[in-house]
Amino acid sequence: MTDRLKIAQQFIEALPHAKAIGLQVVEIGEGEAALRMPYSPELVGDPETGVIHGGAVSTVIDTCCGAAVMSHPKATGPSATLDLRIDYMRAATPGQAITARAVCYHMTRSVAFLRATAHDDDPDLPVATAAGAFTFGELKS
Amino acid sequence: MSRPPPEPVQVVKQRRDAALAALVSGVPYIRFLGITFDRRGDELTAVLNFDDKLIGNPMLKAMHGGVTSAFLETCAIMTLSWSYFWPDIESGKIDLAAMEAGEMPRLPKTIGLTVDYLRAGLPRDAYARAEVNRFGRRYASVRAEAWQDNRDRPFAQCTGHFLMPPRDG
Repeated sequence: MTDRLKIAQQFIEALPHAKAIGLQVVEIGEGEAALRMPYSPELVGDPETGVIHGGAVSTVIDTCCGAAVMSHPKATGPSATLDLRIDYMRAATPGQAITARAVCYHMTRSVAFLRATAHDDDPDLPVATAAGAFTFGELKS
Repeated sequence: MSRPPPEPVQVVKQRRDAALAALVSGVPYIRFLGITFDRRGDELTAVLNFDDKLIGNPMLKAMHGGVTSAFLETCAIMTLSWSYFWPDIESGKIDLAAMEAGEMPRLPKTIGLTVDYLRAGLPRDAYARAEVNRFGRRYASVRAEAWQDNRDRPFAQCTGHFLMPPRDG
């Protein structure tokens, strides 16, 4: 594991909710990130089929977008979601991990624009796609 | 003079609360997040019971954006399902005993969801209500709003489109 990946993983693990769902950093670039969410019975939305709840998919996408923003060379400080739109293409295959990939395609001084996809073991058939806007830098508490 | 006497209040409440409990408790992820529902007549309020594991930003102790999104989506789906199943619950067409035994009716599926984050979610309980804007045979459009201390200052809102389960018969 590279240092960069290790630092990113430590950062993700410091987020209580990311830790609670076991998120793992797969890749971290400059304004790009990939995160993996292992399958867990706790995250199931449809008990009959064992399909993961859409909310869990949006959580891995949201976290992945945040990681992509913070990995951008222009980003200063923590990021927060302004808006996020998610389209669900299909149900995730039960038992498989979800991997989200996010790319910052534009940055202003305080806003980052992102696109993201999420897939299970079949990377060519996305489970969900997303577009969002994130702020970064010093946040008012 | 042929109107039947109204049902005793306990019977009405028991039927509605049992149906709601069965609908909500069947979904593991709702339990994992600690979401419960308050019911007043047919009106539902979703409650996100705060827990440290819902935090996304440990410095600000702000709620995770994904949790906020999942909370709004859950509120929207349950409110939509509730209005969809309500006539069948009231008429007794839905088999409550089977539902309580874990035989869940099919729920609406999310097609797309847009969430606006208006302010940071604070480390405390949150509430949400949804309103069904369009209720079609195949598709429904729902708007939901979440707040914490002040109903007039929502911290997030969403609109979503949902695919309705096929009606049998």
